[in-house]
Amino acid sequence: MLNAEKRKTILLLIPIIVVLIGYVLYPSIETSIESFKKDGVFTFENYNDFFGEKAEANLEALWNSVWISLLSVFFSALIGIPLAYIFNRYDFPGRKFFSSIAIMPIVLPSLVGVMAFMYLYGEAGLVPNIIKDLFHLSEVPFSIGGISGILIVHAYTMYPYFYMTTSSALNNIDPSLEESAYNLGANRFLVFWKVTFPLLTPGLVAASLLVFMVSMASFSAPFLLAGGFRVLSLQIYFSKINGDLEMAATQSVVLTAVSISFLLFMRWYQNRRDYRMASKGIGAHRSEVSNPVLKWFMVVIGILAMIVLLLPHATLLILSLVPEGGWTWQTYPQAFNLENYRLLFENPNIWDPVRNSLIMASVASLGVFVFGIITSYALVKRKFFGKNLLDILVMIPWVLPATVVGMNMVLAFNEPSIFSFGKVLVGTFWILPLAYFVRFIPLVVRSTTAVLEQMDDSIEEAAQNLGAKWFYTFRRVVIPIILPGVLSGTLLAFVQAVGEFPTSVLLYTLGNRPISIEIMNQLRMFNMGQAAAYGMIQVGLIAIVMIISNKFFKVKTENAL
Amino acid sequence: MSTVNLSTITKQFGSVTAVKELNLLINEGEFFTFLGPSGCGKTTTLRMIAGFYYPTKGKVLFNDKDMTTIPPEKRNTGMVFQNYALFPHMTVFENVAFGLKVRKLNRSETKKRVEDVLQKVRLEQYIERQVSQLSGGQQQRVALARALVIEPDILLLDEPLSNLDARLRDEMRNEILRLQRDYGITTIYVTHDQVEALTMSDRIAVFNMGVCQQVGTPTEIYNEPVNDFVAEFIGETNLLPVTIEEETEKEKVYRNNDLDTSIHVNNSKVNIAFYQESDELLMSIRPEAVQISKEDISGENVLKGEVILVQFTGASVHTYVRLNNEVTIRTTDLNEGPSTYLTEGTKVNVRLPANQIRVIPKARK
Ligand SMILES: Nc1ncnc2c1ncn2[C@@H]1O[C@H](COP(=O)(O)OP(=O)(O)OP(=O)(O)O)[C@@H](O)[C@H]1O
Ligand SMILES: [Mg+2]
Repeated sequence: MLNAEKRKTILLLIPIIVVLIGYVLYPSIETSIESFKKDGVFTFENYNDFFGEKAEANLEALWNSVWISLLSVFFSALIGIPLAYIFNRYDFPGRKFFSSIAIMPIVLPSLVGVMAFMYLYGEAGLVPNIIKDLFHLSEVPFSIGGISGILIVHAYTMYPYFYMTTSSALNNIDPSLEESAYNLGANRFLVFWKVTFPLLTPGLVAASLLVFMVSMASFSAPFLLAGGFRVLSLQIYFSKINGDLEMAATQSVVLTAVSISFLLFMRWYQNRRDYRMASKGIGAHRSEVSNPVLKWFMVVIGILAMIVLLLPHATLLILSLVPEGGWTWQTYPQAFNLENYRLLFENPNIWDPVRNSLIMASVASLGVFVFGIITSYALVKRKFFGKNLLDILVMIPWVLPATVVGMNMVLAFNEPSIFSFGKVLVGTFWILPLAYFVRFIPLVVRSTTAVLEQMDDSIEEAAQNLGAKWFYTFRRVVIPIILPGVLSGTLLAFVQAVGEFPTSVLLYTLGNRPISIEIMNQLRMFNMGQAAAYGMIQVGLIAIVMIISNKFFKVKTENAL
Repeated sequence: MSTVNLSTITKQFGSVTAVKELNLLINEGEFFTFLGPSGCGKTTTLRMIAGFYYPTKGKVLFNDKDMTTIPPEKRNTGMVFQNYALFPHMTVFENVAFGLKVRKLNRSETKKRVEDVLQKVRLEQYIERQVSQLSGGQQQRVALARALVIEPDILLLDEPLSNLDARLRDEMRNEILRLQRDYGITTIYVTHDQVEALTMSDRIAVFNMGVCQQVGTPTEIYNEPVNDFVAEFIGETNLLPVTIEEETEKEKVYRNNDLDTSIHVNNSKVNIAFYQESDELLMSIRPEAVQISKEDISGENVLKGEVILVQFTGASVHTYVRLNNEVTIRTTDLNEGPSTYLTEGTKVNVRLPANQIRVIPKARK
């Protein structure tokens, strides 16, 4: 009978392992193998080309990626930490409202965000031109583009990681620690540097590494803004477009190596010192700001921050109302109407991408939903040999930059394999849902694991004791209890899949082109109105999902990030 | 209803032996308690009966039927978990009905039985509540109702009262007993509260470090402990090391070197525990059995001493008497008014009645 338990575990593990090997491990291995091939023979030549003298472009791209990422970490921290400190530690009018606005950047899919920034602060952007006209300047006073553009977009989209970790860390710090420091005679500055900051460090290190990894993988910002500037994730795309799959594979391996070493470093660091949860459940203490000058100063900061944070959203909305041809050579848009939205529903050509995105994201979400439940359950509640290995395997897609996931799919499924039932998947409809599925496995597994870990083992035992068989227990007790966590992860996966750009651009076909691709196409045709309308649809979907999961499942979707 | 028979059960977790060669026969309808300090293997034993652990060695039998490898859902035991393990997403009704649903009872029958059992645990007005909206005591009664409603052959309770405050605990003790008598279910109760064990049980098994030390009725356990562990763990006692001096048909005489005196003990089963030649021996006497007096007392086992501490606890008075530098005896008397309290420093005579002493071996490690 010992075997009955073991048999169940094995039955659970078989599909998990097949999926992970087939769609995570095998594609990664294919990429590695490809990177050692040149014209079909085994060789190190690709790596020679990468690191050697003759291919400066690659090394330059790697170096650029690294320093851009470091700067992104720096700027994100510079914005995120003080904002979190102010919003969590001081009480002033509108604080709650401002702090809920602070995470707004995460509802912008990366491509849409970049686009909004372009039209906001770019050469022909609204802000520089308005300033120019207001002050009757002959030239726009500033504009973003290239490196500065990438950095600003990164700072805007990634500072929430710092904001959220700092906020939660601040709320978990036992107020008496700081109070005792004050009591011992330390001033505000000293208390912050000697007590608060050290307690925040573990969270901050985690956030830094996360931002580093995300900006190493960042694709949309360089794609639209880089100009001639080379970064590694973009180089992969160019190699692929130029048909040099071997080089693309090599670049993917290098990018992966950098990301994985950072992940390992992060794990090691977190295991070494993690006292974030040490004093949980202690409410934040906020100082009431009594000095009126200071108080209004804070409110002004809040309002300014709010405007800066919401400008991209507003721009998107405004642009989406500009019909085709409504803003060409003029400084400002000339016409506003709902034409773009009308076309969405009337022109099948324009509606198709939306439908494709919805279908493909739904398929992928359904996949991660089922797979996430089974995998998390096995990881949390079952004992088996090699659990750590499985855990790592599940998290691989989280470390892999999206571009690399895309390349893995290309290289694994551009020829028949048993995992694709002997068919070539590249160029078919199914390749994109599969790529989305792989990308978002970790998201669902992590959010599900979190709720499962909180579910006491005795709940399952109680059901069993009352005579319920394992499957009945699983269906009627386990799933209903963990459903909020699973759903919040799945919904987040859904909206991210709807906005997903890097894998889409590597794998789409005419028949399954998703919204992001159509945004790119419309931008190429300078029809920013239609592009913005697509963007609005993505933003709207994300907003709906976040509201649903907040209201109905009492789960903060952003926590799954 | 059934008997539970554990035959030479051993359970090992890796190198830790949680339960060692346990033999137990629990009778039909009996209220049986596992008592012992933390980590002694009570929960492990209970979980082997429920089927959540399989014994490393030995057999579990219900009514002579071998259940050793039967999965938990086929054992028809009702377990009340220490943390209740109520299903958080269900109402009181749904929680209690769960076991009946699994057994595919029809709707009206389910409803009737759930209502019946909720009436028994006095929760009928909470039937539609979400379980998270109940107090601790109410949750515990839901857990009990959920276990009882399936009419289990055996009811298993793992420290069900440990999370409750003293008054509620008292109330729940009576409630559990009442329900157990009502249903007449064989019940196994785990606790490390000795008062709970003594007042509720038909029989008690005392565990220490995975080994069952003694099985008996509460009075047997208290009055005739088999070794010093049981004597000390249950109630208060005075222990003095002794060696045998001489033996007659009516009495045995032991020697205690610390007091440099002989101690006479009745030669009966109640006063002399079973021991072997090689065992180290101790004499145990409960504080309430020790007689003290300012006047001279005649007879055997009378010693002189000085009162060093008087503790007033309400119903009784503890008096600590120092007999010499090594030995202090603790005595307990019922409170009979201030005039009877001794004062510290008083010289007194202490008598250890020969029929109240019990000679026991040291527990083997
Ligand atoms: N799953 C397990 N794995 C390893 N060791 C275990 C496991 N369960 C119990 N043990 C060990 O077995 C011994 C007995 O544990 P058990 O839970 O039965 O104690 P207990 O008598 O119920 O204690 P308590 O009164 O504290 O609940 C302990 O030393 C414990 O550490
Ligand atoms: Mg226990």
